[in-house]
Amino acid sequence: MTERTAVIVGGNRIPFVKAGGAYAQASSIAMLSAALDGLVARFGLAGTTIGEVVAGAVLKHSRDINLTREAVLGSALSPHTPACDLQQACGTGLEAVIYAANKIRLGQADTAIAGGVDSASDAPIVVGEGLRRALLRANRSRTLPQRLAALSSLRPADLMPVPPAVVEPRTGLSMGESQALTNARWEISREAQDELALTSHQRLADAWDSGFFDDLVTPYLKVTRDGLLRPDTTLEKLAKLKPVFGGAHGTMTAGNSTALTDGAAVVLLADRGYADAHHWPALASVVDAQVAATDYVTGEEDLLLAPTRALPVLLERQGMTLADFDVIEIHEAFAGTVLATLAAWEKSGLGTVDRAKLNVLGSSLAAGHPFAATGGRIVATTAKRLHQCGPGSRGLISICAAGGIGVVAILEGC
Amino acid sequence: MSLVENLFHSSLGKKVAAKVGLPESPTLRRGRVGPLGEILLAELPGGGVVAATLAAIGVTPGVPLRDTPDSRTPDEKGRPQPPRYERRPGALVIDATGVRTIAALEDLRQVLRPIMKRLERSGRVIVVATDARDVNGLEAKAVAQGIDGINRTVAKELREGATANLIVVRADAQPGDLASTLSFLLQGRSAFVDGQTWRVAPCKPGDTVDADYDPARPFAGRIVVVTGAARGIGAAIAATFARDGAGIVVVDIPAAGDALAAVANDLRGSALQLDITAPDAGERIAAHVAQVHGPHARIWAIVHNAGITRDRLLANLDEAQWGAVLHVNLGAEIAMNEVLLTDRPGGGGLGERSRIVGIASTSGVAGNKGQTNYAASKAGVMGLVWAESAALADRPTTINAVAPGFIETDMTAAIPFVQREVFRRTNSLSQGGLPVDVAETIAYLCDPASGGVDGQVVRVCGQNLVGA
Repeated sequence: MTERTAVIVGGNRIPFVKAGGAYAQASSIAMLSAALDGLVARFGLAGTTIGEVVAGAVLKHSRDINLTREAVLGSALSPHTPACDLQQACGTGLEAVIYAANKIRLGQADTAIAGGVDSASDAPIVVGEGLRRALLRANRSRTLPQRLAALSSLRPADLMPVPPAVVEPRTGLSMGESQALTNARWEISREAQDELALTSHQRLADAWDSGFFDDLVTPYLKVTRDGLLRPDTTLEKLAKLKPVFGGAHGTMTAGNSTALTDGAAVVLLADRGYADAHHWPALASVVDAQVAATDYVTGEEDLLLAPTRALPVLLERQGMTLADFDVIEIHEAFAGTVLATLAAWEKSGLGTVDRAKLNVLGSSLAAGHPFAATGGRIVATTAKRLHQCGPGSRGLISICAAGGIGVVAILEGC
Repeated sequence: MSLVENLFHSSLGKKVAAKVGLPESPTLRRGRVGPLGEILLAELPGGGVVAATLAAIGVTPGVPLRDTPDSRTPDEKGRPQPPRYERRPGALVIDATGVRTIAALEDLRQVLRPIMKRLERSGRVIVVATDARDVNGLEAKAVAQGIDGINRTVAKELREGATANLIVVRADAQPGDLASTLSFLLQGRSAFVDGQTWRVAPCKPGDTVDADYDPARPFAGRIVVVTGAARGIGAAIAATFARDGAGIVVVDIPAAGDALAAVANDLRGSALQLDITAPDAGERIAAHVAQVHGPHARIWAIVHNAGITRDRLLANLDEAQWGAVLHVNLGAEIAMNEVLLTDRPGGGGLGERSRIVGIASTSGVAGNKGQTNYAASKAGVMGLVWAESAALADRPTTINAVAPGFIETDMTAAIPFVQREVFRRTNSLSQGGLPVDVAETIAYLCDPASGGVDGQVVRVCGQNLVGA
């Protein structure tokens, strides 16, 4: 078999908005279908069959067992397009791109769409463990008295629904509380975090104003721009915000932490030969990727710094250093995550990241972070940016995820 | 809907409206559907091109009745009546290309009189005459203009959705040049085109139809770009071209991208989110076409439908509202044409043989209070059509425009009810047109067989009183 290269052809997302906002009534399936339809229209793919669509969601209803396939069926793609759900917390979107790229490189698909969606507005609310067990027992009962007996075991507290929370089951700490520990350990200042947040907003606003997203975003439900973006925010405004994690003297605020967000993003990939034959643009190729995990449960390592474990492996395999990259994207789960990641890479001898190359078009602090959709947003943005930089330019993407997981990937501009 | 509007649409309201002279509007015949009744041909002395054209489009015409003194019969009160059609004819086509004298106009009266009250619903009167430039002598030139007056008046007197239009042909026009026009006028596609006159000339070298041309799907294998296509008239234009076989590229501003994607996906076309006032708009359209359809693909037709209004009385109009309208409605079109007409290395521009259509407006023809900027842009589109068709004299590319009157869209639905009802009814068909009526006319202008229609502005207004 001739050597195959997986290339990013294009991407599409819907504008990201704060949870409980314009997409409050939209389901994950509807949002993913909307992102797909914009991509399909851009490339004239209505009615065509794509090799495979792979996507996922972090907050997932039990009814959405076939989320991606349902989204495909709700889109303009041919119903013969197969689909697969994949889930790796905030790494979902990037992991989906890696999955698709690997299939393409192995010759198992010529084309693929990868991405993710999340709705923090439409999050599943589950019943308490007591009610759940009682209902299951009642369901198994054969007689009315048995059923009544099963239900009579319920106490009022069992009837309380259990809302979703972004809490690590093994530490009981929320994502923000975990990051607060990391910030303290790496001595990340409030000022540095606010500065990073400000830069994110300014850069994303500039990208929007310059029309960078004209072929990367399709409006949805009358929203035409990212809803969390604050082009006019200032360091003074950010400095006034009260800490939300890390206690009264904490450094993390609503300004330098990502908000709960709704959104969907997808990326179109193809084999290079297929793309050329079909006159599709090749923005960037997927060179390599690495996933790793930290031992955060013991408290010895940081929950969100797994990219520190993944990156050395990847760089060594590729014989590259941090200086080889023209574009570096570190997902801004919190401003502190990015700063701690940079510090950790430096400490482990990987080198210093040139801040002028870091998140040059803004990132999650400004765009928002619909968990599984973030990877697709970053990959599409990076691929277009690398294409602008020219053939041979290199991009590094680093995404941290719940469970102490980290995913890093290298793209090369075409 | 307002209280007045609700009342108007109630059954009582409809009865009252009918009494005061506002009857319910006739439902127009639309689409690729010919007349139900017979198509009659009145070939006046010196004619001939129309008979050959009808034969070419597969119509075997009947012979019309003539109103002469000895053909009349008295009614029950003894008044002489013109000969009566037993079955209502579907259309009367008059070949007046040989008419040069005042005396010969009598022939038009003779064939028209019996039909005026007998033409079927959505029937057609089509007069074909010779361009005044191609006739000699004062009387012949005056008579050529006289026929225009006849057409406009017949259009006003016809009822029940019937229309009259005049086609002026250059002396050397062939049946092949006239075929697409006669076919358009006979069919329901021309439903809202009434009382109009336009010119058909011999097509330019290299603009004849190919052997595989199918008049029912004239755009098969051809790429058509429609700007402002996310909704309303633009979406209808795209749908009409898709129906007729075209590969569709729809363009609209990024903020309308979701509606645009839906249009593109419905029509199995592709969407380009683009502000057409961007300096590289033409380049980006060409690049998109090359990407989706391949570097060897060329655009068959571009429809410059995108347009905006910023209505203010001139006393209140600032430079921003002035400039935006002129830039979007006129400047962008000039700039994009220039780029797309130039062959670019990556492909994707207009083909050597191609079609360009702009959108003018009755506001541009007649002016409209509160629309100085809009009227300037739309009259400018007409000026562009005339000038650019002359500039393209040596290339098998045509450029034309349509000028819509009152069309039922979200934009006109926002006009206050009474004003809207007045605007809607002040035309010979006493109703608003539909977006598809504009679309059908544009598709006709872009037909591969319409090479002889060039530099024309065709009003789609039901013979609106404004500017007529």
